Amino acid sequence: MTFLTYLISGLALGSVYAIIALGYTMVYGIAKMLNFAHGDIIMAGGYVAFFAFTKFGLPPVLSIILSIIFCTILGVVIERLAYKPLRQASSLSVLITAIGVSYFLQNSAQIMFGSDTKIFPALLTEGSLKLFNGQLTISYLTIITIVTCIIIMIGLTMFINKTKIGKAMRACAEDKGAAQLMGINVDTTISITFAIGSGLAAIAAVLLCSTYPSLSPTLGSMPGIKAFTAAVFGGIGSIPGALLGGLLLGVIENLTKAYISTQLSDAIVFAVLIIVLLIKPTGLLGKKENVKV
Amino acid sequence: MLKVNDLVVRYGMIEAIKGISFEVADSQIVTLIGANGAGKTTTMHTISGLLKPYSGSIFLDDKEISKVPPHKIVEMGIAQCPERRRVFASQSVEDNLFLGAYTRKDKTEINKDLENVYALFPRLLERKNQMAGTLSGGEQQMLAMGRALMAKPKIMLLDEPSMGLSPLLVKEIFDIIKDINSQGVTILLVEQNAKMALSIADKAYVIETGKIVMSGTGQELLNSDDIRKAYLGG
Ligand SMILES: Nc1ncnc2c1ncn2[C@@H]1O[C@H](COP(=O)(O)OP(=O)(O)OP(=O)(O)O)[C@@H](O)[C@H]1O
Ligand SMILES: [Mg+2]
Repeated sequence: MTFLTYLISGLALGSVYAIIALGYTMVYGIAKMLNFAHGDIIMAGGYVAFFAFTKFGLPPVLSIILSIIFCTILGVVIERLAYKPLRQASSLSVLITAIGVSYFLQNSAQIMFGSDTKIFPALLTEGSLKLFNGQLTISYLTIITIVTCIIIMIGLTMFINKTKIGKAMRACAEDKGAAQLMGINVDTTISITFAIGSGLAAIAAVLLCSTYPSLSPTLGSMPGIKAFTAAVFGGIGSIPGALLGGLLLGVIENLTKAYISTQLSDAIVFAVLIIVLLIKPTGLLGKKENVKV
Repeated sequence: MLKVNDLVVRYGMIEAIKGISFEVADSQIVTLIGANGAGKTTTMHTISGLLKPYSGSIFLDDKEISKVPPHKIVEMGIAQCPERRRVFASQSVEDNLFLGAYTRKDKTEINKDLENVYALFPRLLERKNQMAGTLSGGEQQMLAMGRALMAKPKIMLLDEPSMGLSPLLVKEIFDIIKDINSQGVTILLVEQNAKMALSIADKAYVIETGKIVMSGTGQELLNSDDIRKAYLGG
């Protein structure tokens, strides 16, 4: 039963990674860039939800919605100000800019909120479900996290495959020039991608901060890197890949912590990534880059 | 009427188009022929707004469009069927066609045009749910043309539609180009297959390393000795 407990909490952690990984993977798929500041948008989302709830006394749902709105706007503004002017620049310049944005967000948070750790309130729920005469305990938060991830995955997959905008996004991911010849505004499409990725980051922020209730300006870094790893693991650019990569990473991390070593868990997680990439360089579900003729 | 005046296009320091001027009158078929690297695709991309000219102007009727972004140019009535087709491989044939109508909102008209495209290319109807990437080269060419038609263009730019197709299919595609033209769509056709292009063109221009070196009616150029030697194989 303890194994099951670790497995389920690993799935919950993996669900959060998966939701964050979606932001990386969608932006990579469409804008062909690694948005290193994505983790720090999670941090911003955490602070907004925290202040909305504790300082302004908004109800949890409103606090979460406010956080989503804030992150969505933040993501779009960052893209417009920092990345859009670099559309024609080398990918190295874009990467360096993204790292710069990441530090800018962290330092701004430090100046505004201080570097001390704040305790994130129980926004969502407390308590847990007891199964098998109390042998298996699953917290409601775990259930909410996994269900949220499932809903997001289904919703996003339908959006991408069924709606006009979703199809335009896939067209941009495949061939921007041809998409423009269809009359698709590529800039708008990239903005929408950042908006969705950043909105999801806010949801991830609330789930993450509820699971590990401490808030600090650097809180997004580690989950950001892990989720990026998950995205690469699953195959960057692929939405099912983000899900698979996120879940696997969460489960591996949790089981390693439980049965091998807490200190070594991160090292083991990254070792697994390196092995997977050596065997399959495009990630588990990644497509071979189409060679342009 | 599409009018290109003294157009210069550069890639960095390289001047690919060195001041060309030509006209495409309404409901005509106009062709631009020339060898590899002459600057045909560059010209098409500049008209569609994917490239910005270094100098010169492009007029659609009486509007200057050389600074208009590409998605707006489609809305203004210029659709392009690009070189190498560039269909969206991971989307179905029908989704590709609907993407062609991306800027339009008139649902019933769009569906009517879809019927029309399927009538022109019955093979697309048979394969409407197939992934575009799994179509044969000829079918992809039909899809790319159908997709451009779905924009309901006044002017259709066709960049080497015959590339890589069997002679029989080339003939079929050229017959369809004439059909499309007879439905009132103006055609600007870029080709290396000079013979086919000249035989259907009202007006033709020969482009060599970024300059127009000759022009005339399709028939005139077909009969010209210079053209015969350089482009028609003797
Ligand atoms: N992105 C680019 N960067 C630099 N030079 C380019 C670029 N694209 C094209 N060129 C150059 O511009 C010139 C014209 O190219 P273009 O593609 O317009 O020729 P084309 O007439 O369409 O040839 P083809 O018949 O082979 O398609 C060529 O010398 C080419 O090398
Ligand atoms: Mg060309």
